[in-house]
Amino acid sequence: MAAGAASGGSATTDTYKDTRTWLLMPAWVTLSILVLAPVLMMLVYSFLTKEFRGGVIWDFSLDAYDQFFFDRGLFGDDPPRIEWTYVTIFWRSIWQAGVATLFSLLIGFPTAYFIATRPANLRPVWVFLITIPYWVNLLIRTVSMKFLLRDQGPLNDALIGIGLIDSPLHIVNTNLAVQLGLFYSYLPFMVLPIYAAVERYNFALSEAAADLYASKWVTLRRVLLPSVRPGVVAGCILVFVPSMGSFLAPDLLGGARNFMIGSLIEEQFKGNAGNWPFGAAASMILLSLVLIILMLSARQQARADKGGG
Amino acid sequence: MPDPEQIAIDVRGAVKRYGDFVALKTISLSIMDNEFFTLLGPSGCGKTTLLRMIAGFEDVTEGAIYLFDEEIETLPPNKRPVNTVFQNYALFPHMTVLDNVAFGLEMRGASRPEARTRAAEMLELVQLGAFAARKPAQLSGGQQQRVALARALAPRPKVLLLDEPLSALDLKLRKAMQLELKHLQRETGITFIFVTHDQEEALTMSDRIAVMSAGELQQLGSPSDIYERPANMFVADFIGETNLLDVSVDRVDADGATCHLGGGHVLRGVAGDGVQAGAQVHLSIRPERLFMSETPVAADGLRGQVRENIFVGTDITTIVQLDDGPDFVVRTSNSDRGNKRIFDPGTAVFVNMEQGAARLLTG
Repeated sequence: MAAGAASGGSATTDTYKDTRTWLLMPAWVTLSILVLAPVLMMLVYSFLTKEFRGGVIWDFSLDAYDQFFFDRGLFGDDPPRIEWTYVTIFWRSIWQAGVATLFSLLIGFPTAYFIATRPANLRPVWVFLITIPYWVNLLIRTVSMKFLLRDQGPLNDALIGIGLIDSPLHIVNTNLAVQLGLFYSYLPFMVLPIYAAVERYNFALSEAAADLYASKWVTLRRVLLPSVRPGVVAGCILVFVPSMGSFLAPDLLGGARNFMIGSLIEEQFKGNAGNWPFGAAASMILLSLVLIILMLSARQQARADKGGG
Repeated sequence: MPDPEQIAIDVRGAVKRYGDFVALKTISLSIMDNEFFTLLGPSGCGKTTLLRMIAGFEDVTEGAIYLFDEEIETLPPNKRPVNTVFQNYALFPHMTVLDNVAFGLEMRGASRPEARTRAAEMLELVQLGAFAARKPAQLSGGQQQRVALARALAPRPKVLLLDEPLSALDLKLRKAMQLELKHLQRETGITFIFVTHDQEEALTMSDRIAVMSAGELQQLGSPSDIYERPANMFVADFIGETNLLDVSVDRVDADGATCHLGGGHVLRGVAGDGVQAGAQVHLSIRPERLFMSETPVAADGLRGQVRENIFVGTDITTIVQLDDGPDFVVRTSNSDRGNKRIFDPGTAVFVNMEQGAARLLTG
């Protein structure tokens, strides 16, 4: 392959192979320490026995997973029944994260499209403006959200002020508050990948669609969206995944009844009430769930790229 | 049925301004039904702007555009029964070739099976039947070109707009596509409006050509009109190759004008508008309308000396320097060598013009 390698192809290939191995080492080391090791630790801890003051006893145990899926009564000696508490929390998390992702998509897509259709020299300015609020700490942003949404907050005052409603809307401590909080927390993760995709989009395709009698709506649905799909999928994943595991928004905006996985896991590691193996098991289940979703979306993407419509 | 007497597209005083910049200065022209009409000009002359105004992608600043007596310049592109073949084809990358061609038909209300059947027929017409299931990226440039053509023709537009559709193809393929386009136009009877900067392409394919420059219409006419009787310097220079000389007019009479150029050479040419005795004008004559001889053939033979012969395949280009005058380019077709002589460099010759071939232009 490499022209000029007088001593023959195989020697050249081997040299490159060694070099490649060495050059990839930093990446492998980083990935091992920062990704593989923590996940393995979590996996191991989920199969250990809990210590009541936090921490673990190094004895193999399936208690954590058993507790997650089965109810054995108060003293643990009843016949096992399916435990719905945690599954419900998981389901609620998926729902909340899903709605937040939908909000982000509905707001983020037009925003990204707007930015991508500005003159090229102004686009970085718009992107910069989008990211400015996110320099503020997430906790402070979430608390501010609560302040904005509360019964005597600016939102309700404004709505009453313009006469749209008579009595304040109770938003705080509802699912909606959590959804709005999550939406606002991760909006840029939706905007940026979609922006990148729309910027690369060939707008002549939209002209071609209009030329072939497609309305604006049909052009969006059948030409623009399929073309920028990878960006949309990336945005949805980047919003959905952290939303699922988030605990700030549900804790601060959702109140006690709107518990999500993030809070469940957080509690297992906080103070003396914790149960580390259970927290680790819940994390592993969350991780598996996210992986399954990612794999499904990757497979569907591959099918869409290959198949004939 | 196409009616050659009927006007397909009537552009009435169309103006296009972007802020202070005038892209198109009051263009009026009528394109007949069933005509292969070409907008020809260098880049930036406004030809693509005019095409996009007809398609609906650009607003008309002033003026009106009619499609078969219907005023269309305010309609959005999807409401105009015209289709476009885009310069870089703009095929939908995520759809198969068949779905690309069926798209316009579906949008016009055909059912999916109906649209696909008709799309398959269109693909047969452009000899791409076997490629229906492929994605555009899996086709060569020439094949993509045909798909774009099939897609634009499938909904049977009243007028087909082609925006430099051949510019991305290599020379051989381009020549083949030129003929194919011409045949398609004849077969379908659809009016074609073709935009190009390639004068040879325009001459080969068109029924009529509008030559444009700097947002203005320079000349409108058949290919032979434009080639043989250029209206001005720009057209003479832009279309084909020509000898352009500065001359002074001595006398104007019924069948032309007598003029002279430095060195005492006297020439006769067909006088265009505004050519008067005493005026400084330009003389344009095509290289193939000149021939050389040892002795003067007519009174206006120009004495000179052969400098160089250049063999260019189908013909030979000879550079002749007139005595005390400018260079002339003379072209002799190889098939014409029996009648016309070629002289070695250094030979003293007379350069003669064919009757009525030289034209005098004022601007």
